[in-house]
Amino acid sequence: MSEREIVVDVRGLHKCFGHLEVVKGVDMQVRRGEVVVIFGRSGSGKSTLLRCVNFLEDPTEGTIEVAGMRLAGGYRTRRKRNQIRKLRLHVGMVFQQFNLFPNMTALENVMSAPMCAKLGKEGEIKQRAMELLDRVGLAEKAGEHPIRLSGGQQQRVAIARALAMKPDVMLFDEPTSALDPELTGEVLSVMKTLASEHMTMMVVTHEMGFAREVADRMCFFHEGGVLEQGPPAQIVGNPQQPETKKFLDAVL
Amino acid sequence: MEKDGMANEPDGRWERLALRSAAVPFRLKVAVVWLVIFLVLGVFFEIAGFDTQFMRDEFPFILKGLKYTLYMAVCGIALAVLLAGLGALGRISTNPIAYGVSGFYVSFFRGTPLIVQMFLIYQALPQIGINLVAKYPAVPDSLATTLTLNAVVAGTLALGLNYGAYMTEIFRAGIQAVSGGQGEAADALGMTYRQKMRKVVLPQAFRVIIPPTGNEFISMLKDTALVSFLGAILTQAEIFRRAQYVGTAHFRTLEAYVLAAAMYWTLTVIFTFFQRRLEIRVGRGYVRTSTRKKPPPPAAVQPQVGGGGL
Repeated sequence: MSEREIVVDVRGLHKCFGHLEVVKGVDMQVRRGEVVVIFGRSGSGKSTLLRCVNFLEDPTEGTIEVAGMRLAGGYRTRRKRNQIRKLRLHVGMVFQQFNLFPNMTALENVMSAPMCAKLGKEGEIKQRAMELLDRVGLAEKAGEHPIRLSGGQQQRVAIARALAMKPDVMLFDEPTSALDPELTGEVLSVMKTLASEHMTMMVVTHEMGFAREVADRMCFFHEGGVLEQGPPAQIVGNPQQPETKKFLDAVL
Repeated sequence: MEKDGMANEPDGRWERLALRSAAVPFRLKVAVVWLVIFLVLGVFFEIAGFDTQFMRDEFPFILKGLKYTLYMAVCGIALAVLLAGLGALGRISTNPIAYGVSGFYVSFFRGTPLIVQMFLIYQALPQIGINLVAKYPAVPDSLATTLTLNAVVAGTLALGLNYGAYMTEIFRAGIQAVSGGQGEAADALGMTYRQKMRKVVLPQAFRVIIPPTGNEFISMLKDTALVSFLGAILTQAEIFRRAQYVGTAHFRTLEAYVLAAAMYWTLTVIFTFFQRRLEIRVGRGYVRTSTRKKPPPPAAVQPQVGGGGL
């Protein structure tokens, strides 16, 4: 594991909203093919960390490096905006609320980003988008608008949409939290498939079963920092910190 | 006492009437009410001594104004949409120049009466031209004539500028009604600002914007009557100016104005009908009950394990 290249390198990350410091100095490296699950109480800053990785939030301090591009937060000049956009082309993101574009069909959603980035001819992009929809089990829903899909189907389309850019890393921000319990399985199974194909993933989730099964490393987030991390067997089986233990006792 | 008791009985006269009335559709009853109102009005017009012959004679003359009324409303709304689009982008911009200019525009044109704006453009603008030409020899003489607009053009400009200011707020609200998650998703996919606006935000905002824009058009249709105060030459006069002219000329103001009112009303009813249909049409892509043809079922529908290709 350790000799593989680092895809995401977070250094000294701080994030403040006004006077509230949500992330307090986080360093985190994710290597290619690694699945990192970040868990912890709501408000502990785990989603903010994820959103800083693709600059949906501007880091107050510290730097983010993705696929060899290192960027810091701060005022967005034209040049900076361009760099952020380039960095984002390497990062796929899946949101809690899916955020599919309701004015497009499932297929058009998946095609939207490669079309905008002009990654190829329309025919090629369309063919690849159909393959991706097929992989998430939704090829037959290609022509449907998101409103006609269930939550689980919408989230699977959202995953296909993020994959369409062939990202170096996928960020999952509580991908199953908005779903009915019986719909989480189909989304988690797609994510497991991705993990088995050695996709680099950073996953914020409360699904401990999924984490134990899939994660290479689990990070317990507490009060804006990583309190404890390690392989699932160690974190879940034998947590060292009382806070970690308390949290796991509450959710398991 | 006996009669009071009657009314409470289940098969009393009023009770039976109410039961029978309940069997008649509500819309039919409303239609009857409208019919009665029109009949009463007709009788009233007859008693008041309406000169229907005059109305029939002058109808074609007033109707010729329809062309200018519609011309001003259509051009006015086109200008308003253009200005509102630019204005709204300015209002959501972080650029101080764009924000400031659009803020000034909205504030001024919402803060002054439409009729004042019309006179500013029609009568005050030419004076600026004349003064400038008199004061500075470098200014070409043609500027004075360029700034002297005819009443139809001045009226259209004022309508467009005024409505554009109000519609800026409608457009801005429409854009901001698109949930933040949509913009974030577009950002996360690496779209540029323009791509995000054009493919994601604006198509969704249009859905919110189109119905109120239809309402604004209908309002503007009626406000074109204000242009009559600018005193257009008769050949270019809109409906109300013509009605005013023939009415006062023949001492038949009542007939002329009723005729004009009926024309505006008819126009409003027609455009309201189309506006409703548009509203339904625009909302269609988002409704669950769309009937789209299913593509043929693919060979594999389950997520496949392995096979890389990422």
